[in-house]
Amino acid sequence: MVGLLQRIGASTLASLGTLGRATLFLLRVIRGLGELVRRPHLLVQELYSVGVLTLVIIVVSGLFVGMVLALQGYYTLVDFGAEQSLGVLVALSLTRELGPVVTALLFAGRAGSALTAEIGLMKATEQLAGMEMMAVDPERRIIAPRLVAALISLPLLAMIFILLGIGGAYVVGTSLLGVDGGSFWSQMQAQVSFTDDVLNGLIKSVLFGLVAGWIAVFNGYDCLPTSAGVSRATTRTVVVTSLVVLGLDFVLTALMFD
Amino acid sequence: MENSRSMEIVVGAFVAAGLAALFVLAMQVSNITAFQRADGYTVEAYFQNVGGLRDRAPVRMGGVPIGRVSGITLDPARFEARVELTIDARYDDLPSDTAASIRTSGLLGEQYVSLQPGGMPDALEDGDEIMLTQSALVLEDLVSQFLYNQSGDDGDGSGGSE
Repeated sequence: MVGLLQRIGASTLASLGTLGRATLFLLRVIRGLGELVRRPHLLVQELYSVGVLTLVIIVVSGLFVGMVLALQGYYTLVDFGAEQSLGVLVALSLTRELGPVVTALLFAGRAGSALTAEIGLMKATEQLAGMEMMAVDPERRIIAPRLVAALISLPLLAMIFILLGIGGAYVVGTSLLGVDGGSFWSQMQAQVSFTDDVLNGLIKSVLFGLVAGWIAVFNGYDCLPTSAGVSRATTRTVVVTSLVVLGLDFVLTALMFD
Repeated sequence: MENSRSMEIVVGAFVAAGLAALFVLAMQVSNITAFQRADGYTVEAYFQNVGGLRDRAPVRMGGVPIGRVSGITLDPARFEARVELTIDARYDDLPSDTAASIRTSGLLGEQYVSLQPGGMPDALEDGDEIMLTQSALVLEDLVSQFLYNQSGDDGDGSGGSE
């Protein structure tokens, strides 16, 4: 009985400690952001590996998510004779929910895991310690550009995802299902609001970018410097990011849309 | 150095593509220009029933969108719905006895406010009230009226198919 209580207490303390370390870590990284202004090439390199290399999976999934949404939405809407509203359905679901969330999940799998593995291996091979020996702050030099790159990339990727999804839905809707292209766009434009839908989706994706980047770099920085530790940290990045993104999305949706 | 240059180009293209996507979403999908046009004037109209009319629904005259619904509230004194219509400043010469009615585009389409011009010489101005209004058609009322007088062909019935 006491042993059970001790185990609960230990795991609670451990997770609270992790949360505290992660917060302090984030604050230190934010304080070190000034370095990035002086060395923008660090950011460009990370934007390439975090953003550009994720583009392929985002483009392909965006197209297919849009196409599937169009098919499924059409079969439901046609029962009510409302297939002209297909554009509204697709655009609202993509801008409000699917765009930011699916992009963040894919981002966690593609870029977040890579970030964790990279930083974890740097720690395991003592490159981070070596940098500190040379009086180079790894938090400014290694962590900050990666965090900012995630923060910038995710909203951009989400916008591309949403646009391609709508494009895919348009192609499927007009060519395969016979929805009128004109009313597809005009009903969409009449119902989708920039401030309520597009802007809220953008805010969501910025927050998801911060969360995904933060979890990824922290797990890499905080991992056990062994091969098993790096592997566990990578898995944890994907799992924790996915759960946090889904939970945060619920909270944000409840706050944003009434 | 060549390598970092091409990387910078690719990153630039990525950022540009993302921003362009946001721009297209703003312009093409949500039509930001149509409802942000603030240079209009606002008139109000009281309806007994607005049906499914919503904020930002179009205001049309002769089928042409000339404004947007900018607010729907219940007037606590009259127990009628007070609908604010913001009309584009280009159309500042509408007769003061213009009539407003709530219509539906298509059978299941969105509802909009349709304006029919009157014949008075003076124009509607900011803050004016549109006196002649026709409420939204409520399907249940229509059905119950139809059931009351099975003979059918009365004025309300033909008003629905207009």
